[in-house]
Amino acid sequence: MSGAATEAGRTLAMGQDEAVGGGRQSVEAPFGKALARLGQNRPDIVGLTADLGKYTDILPFRDAFPDRFFNVGMAEQNLVAVAAGLARTGKVPFATTYGVFATRRAYDFVAIALAHSNLNVKIVAGLPGLTTGYGGTHQAIEDLALMRMIPGLTIIDPCDATEIEAATEAIAERHGPVYMRLLRGNVPVVFEAGYRFEIGKARQLRKGSDVGIISTGFMTERALDAADALRKQGISAGLLHVPTIKPFDAEAVAAFAAGVSHIVTAENHVVVGGLASLVVETLFDADIAKKVTRIGLPDRYIECGAVPTLQAKYGLTSEAVVAAIIALG
Amino acid sequence: MLRNSPPGSADIGALERKAIQLRHHMLTMARGQGQGYIGQGLGIADVLAALYFHELRYDPHNLAWADRDRFLLSTGHYSIALWAALAEAGIIPVEELATYGADNSRLEMSTLDTTPGVEVIGGSLGHGLGQGVGQALGLRIDKSEARVFVELSDGEMQEGSTWEAAMSASHFKLDGLVALVDCNGIQADGPVVLDMEPVADKWRAFGWQTSEIDGNDMKAVVGALADARERNGKPKAIVLRTLPGKGVPRIETSEKSHFFRIDVAQWDGIIAEFEKTAGAAQ
Repeated sequence: MSGAATEAGRTLAMGQDEAVGGGRQSVEAPFGKALARLGQNRPDIVGLTADLGKYTDILPFRDAFPDRFFNVGMAEQNLVAVAAGLARTGKVPFATTYGVFATRRAYDFVAIALAHSNLNVKIVAGLPGLTTGYGGTHQAIEDLALMRMIPGLTIIDPCDATEIEAATEAIAERHGPVYMRLLRGNVPVVFEAGYRFEIGKARQLRKGSDVGIISTGFMTERALDAADALRKQGISAGLLHVPTIKPFDAEAVAAFAAGVSHIVTAENHVVVGGLASLVVETLFDADIAKKVTRIGLPDRYIECGAVPTLQAKYGLTSEAVVAAIIALG
Repeated sequence: MLRNSPPGSADIGALERKAIQLRHHMLTMARGQGQGYIGQGLGIADVLAALYFHELRYDPHNLAWADRDRFLLSTGHYSIALWAALAEAGIIPVEELATYGADNSRLEMSTLDTTPGVEVIGGSLGHGLGQGVGQALGLRIDKSEARVFVELSDGEMQEGSTWEAAMSASHFKLDGLVALVDCNGIQADGPVVLDMEPVADKWRAFGWQTSEIDGNDMKAVVGALADARERNGKPKAIVLRTLPGKGVPRIETSEKSHFFRIDVAQWDGIIAEFEKTAGAAQ
């Protein structure tokens, strides 16, 4: 894949890799490979895309099971409707497109055609948050907020290649509609083999007494690096990784928050309606009064540019997490 | 277990009487709440009679039968007609029809798939055909001969998702998919607000084998359904010209109303009149 993503100042061409971090080993197309493996023993799994198969890593499944793969063209409402119909015949459709289209464009279909009937469809959505330099048309910066309003929808924001593979297996196993964010291309490996993903469960990755970071998606990788860097500076930062946005592990979040003096949330998403809002709601419900600092995107559309430039500008880096925590004093 | 009857075997007179029975149920149902989407229901009665009592393969005692033909009512607000058909087909009790639109009734004014015999949540228009495409693909994977019938309406064709689905059906050569396009000339704001003609040409242009008939002529309906059985690589569209309120002159001649609300005394008059003329017809 192209190295453009690591060179600030270069604009990404369509389809180039938006690798989410440097310095780690990576796996190419972890989602598509996991789905193709699953397909061998699961004849009920079918794949769909809306003219973005190449860009959502689902081609390994298509190549293995061409009779169980359908490209509906640029028609995201129909993508979801067709998936719903397939589910009604007992299939387990995995439908891919970009997050912006799965949410803004096909919302009524996700809500009514899928969730209202609790159909067993998995929507896997590329370009979450700030993983493309294509600007507001392609950056799904508010998808978690939109989707968490849909009753019964499971929502997952995985951190790395290991978690994507594990989550793909887990959502295939669990009946019901799912929206999963997809990191595509060469995806870093943050968690070691054997990492256990469980739908609806948060995982404490670091213990700390000064500050508690609660993160989701690729921001967990940044937060891990930040926690390690802070430790060298004598700051003890705990870290709770929350890959499932819905159902939200409020119990784990409340327990984690109770043990630290200050909470920092970190998400690849606007700071309204997503993880930060969930954490604040959870603390309120649990009667926990703690200061919360929110790291994430502002409530505005983001411009075009190279991904590293944009991520640095909008604070989605480990350096930004370190700086925010040091600034707490 | 009901099978689709052989072509040419239809007893047109019996199906016409069934349609009258469905209309009678609908009038009784609308009277209960004093309102309902009765115009649309009466208009589509002949098609539902032909489907449920001649064309569809289904088993009222085994609704989950994998090889059943599916009927998807995309216009969920036509539910009044579906409830009448499901009751006559023995899928829901006839007595339950009296609860149409009442609080806690399963027989909503717009369909939910929690009611037995309902294959899709209709009502958010533009949803049915795409789900029909998905079901037809699923049945093909399973090598099932079962077919999928999707009712949709002229106003509903204004939803772009209808055409997304139409494109994909011909692309995937879903010749077991039949679109029943009810053109009754009314929509929420009155007579069709955006010209959809020529309707049949549009379906043909999208690659569908298309016929256009009087949807209140039982012989024509049965004939078009028979033609649609052909497995020739093309999805089938039957453009149905129907009359809202068909069979009930006072509703036929009323202002073309999307939603019909009159007082109970007037309903009683309409029902008495219908019973008189229907009795004569039978």
